[in-house]
Amino acid sequence: MDATEIGLWGVPLAILGGAIRVSTPFIFVSLGEAITERSGRINLGLEGTLVFGAMTAYAVAVMTDSPWLGLLAAAVAGLCFGLFHGWICKFPKVNDIAIGIALMLFGSGLAFFFGKPFIKPKAPNLPAIPFGAWSDVPQVQAALDVNVLFLIGAALSLVLWWAFRNTRAGLIVRVVGDSSDAARAMGLNPNTVRLVATGVGGALAGIGGAYLSLYYPGSWTERISSGQGLMAVALVIFARWNPLGCFAAALLFGGAGALGPALQSVGVTQGYYLFYAAPYILTLIIMIATSSPTRSLAGAPGELSITK
Amino acid sequence: MTDRFILNRRQLLKTSAAGAALGLASASFPISRAFAAAATVGFIYVGPKDDYGYNQAHAEGAASLKGIEGISVVEEENVPETVDVQKTMESMINLDGASLIFPTSFGYFDPHMLAMCAKFPDVQFRHCGGMWDKAKHPMNAGSYFGYIGMGQYLNGVVAGHTSKSKKLGFVAAKPIPQVLLNINSFLLGARSVDPTITCQVIFTGEWSLAVKEAEATNALVDQGADVITCHVDSPKVVVETAAGRGAFVCGYHANQSPLAPEKYLTGAEWNWAKVYKMFVDDLVAGTPLPNFTRGGLADGFVKMSPLGPAVSEPARKQFDATLAEMMKGGFAVIKGPLKSNKGAVVATEGQAFAETAIELESMDYLVEGVVGSTA
Repeated sequence: MDATEIGLWGVPLAILGGAIRVSTPFIFVSLGEAITERSGRINLGLEGTLVFGAMTAYAVAVMTDSPWLGLLAAAVAGLCFGLFHGWICKFPKVNDIAIGIALMLFGSGLAFFFGKPFIKPKAPNLPAIPFGAWSDVPQVQAALDVNVLFLIGAALSLVLWWAFRNTRAGLIVRVVGDSSDAARAMGLNPNTVRLVATGVGGALAGIGGAYLSLYYPGSWTERISSGQGLMAVALVIFARWNPLGCFAAALLFGGAGALGPALQSVGVTQGYYLFYAAPYILTLIIMIATSSPTRSLAGAPGELSITK
Repeated sequence: MTDRFILNRRQLLKTSAAGAALGLASASFPISRAFAAAATVGFIYVGPKDDYGYNQAHAEGAASLKGIEGISVVEEENVPETVDVQKTMESMINLDGASLIFPTSFGYFDPHMLAMCAKFPDVQFRHCGGMWDKAKHPMNAGSYFGYIGMGQYLNGVVAGHTSKSKKLGFVAAKPIPQVLLNINSFLLGARSVDPTITCQVIFTGEWSLAVKEAEATNALVDQGADVITCHVDSPKVVVETAAGRGAFVCGYHANQSPLAPEKYLTGAEWNWAKVYKMFVDDLVAGTPLPNFTRGGLADGFVKMSPLGPAVSEPARKQFDATLAEMMKGGFAVIKGPLKSNKGAVVATEGQAFAETAIELESMDYLVEGVVGSTA
């Protein structure tokens, strides 16, 4: 077999590569949202945080010539957005969903405003680790170029999954999310816990944005996110608030998204709009398959405004 | 206390509403418009105006008008192809006093621009790419476009010389006639070098979807395509991704060579400054604006990026020869015998569609050698 002719093998390879390349922002935003929602709050503003994080990371990387400083700046910017959301929501009778939508528009608008001068310059990219070096097929090498952020995201989902069950901090977040009254009886301040949880969630979303602008697709444009932040928030519900589930859902979504271009590239060209809908159809099928008429959403935190 | 506050607020609302009404009324008086400037020209873009692509090309054209005496330019970017664009046009007319408006995106034409044409018969509207038809559309509407397919043919000539795998890749947004003509021209240009070359096309379904464009580019390179070009609003992502994977790229809309200096071969660029200057000269002189404007390389509507360092000597020679042929005008890319990739005859022996042929603007096929489907 000629090294450049991989034919139909391109489809599974593209799905694998796509799952690794495309999923990282979904992983970070959905893990961040999982932490926030586990504490009993919904932050819909993560789409705005993602876009603002992408812009901040790119701008700082251009100015300092260091993608790592850009990443840090994006995390800090995300943290600020998260803390802002958490701070407003601590006031009585404030609707966290409405604030989230406001912050989504605010974050994107602010990113467009400050991002104008950074569309032209080119920023240094985050490094990738060539896990495909063993292969002499260039396509395999390209598919297995794994960015460090993907590995960090994978590790983080494991750590979070473990921490929610086994650590004091994890249990505090969960009790605040399940019952404010119980938390108060234990001497915890739900607002403080939620403030921290929303802040951490925002920081993770900012890191997701940095991945978009500094690695894949690797440039700052105003259309960079095209709704990925919102999809990631939906993935949390799909994953039943389980960090490992978030990771799996993000991989599934990334891989299914790569299906459309991959099929067209091997000559399956009819009905590509249908293939582009694959991630959404898959989501629907799994939602229907795992739903039950006898119980409500399993694993949903009791204090969430959508389940109350 | 509370009562007084409500009263005050009501009064405030009343007064401000009256004030706003007054302001609007005075803005729509023709007399106030005459005092503003000789003419105000409005530009509406669907995306950001520095996107290394479609919108940037138009914004550069708009910027070239700013030095002309008596002309003021108003612009709005990121306007969706929805009823939003109608509001933008209305505010440009009512608040800025625009007398000529260029809605530059394909989807603005029908029904949005046509609705505004009926509402404001004194304002001139010229749309980029739309099909103005004397029988169907009002006289204050019009359309302009350039024969950029010629540029894609020249891209194809260079790509055909450069490709080693004899497989080219095309990342396209939507299967509309302009895009199909570009894909076909790119392949036919390459086939003028080597008739065994094929071109794989991937449609992303949207004008601007950064991640999907990157995925499409990766998929094309995975399948062995070694020269990539595109027709999306912002080619930045495609150019950077393709060059990152080691493939050569041909640009589109604007000059993208700064993004990949080593891998950039050449590119088909718009030269809207020329077109907008033409319209504005007519406006200043008081002569009626043309309703149907088209032009190609010879008319200066379209230009090519300078050839990159990777272009070989034979490629350069054929590029120059073809360009010289096109500059004479009347060059035909689609000429018989030619079949579509579904086997239907699109041009019989001896039949040729020159760049000006109106049939090309309703193209609905991909030619033989293009791997892809229009639906």
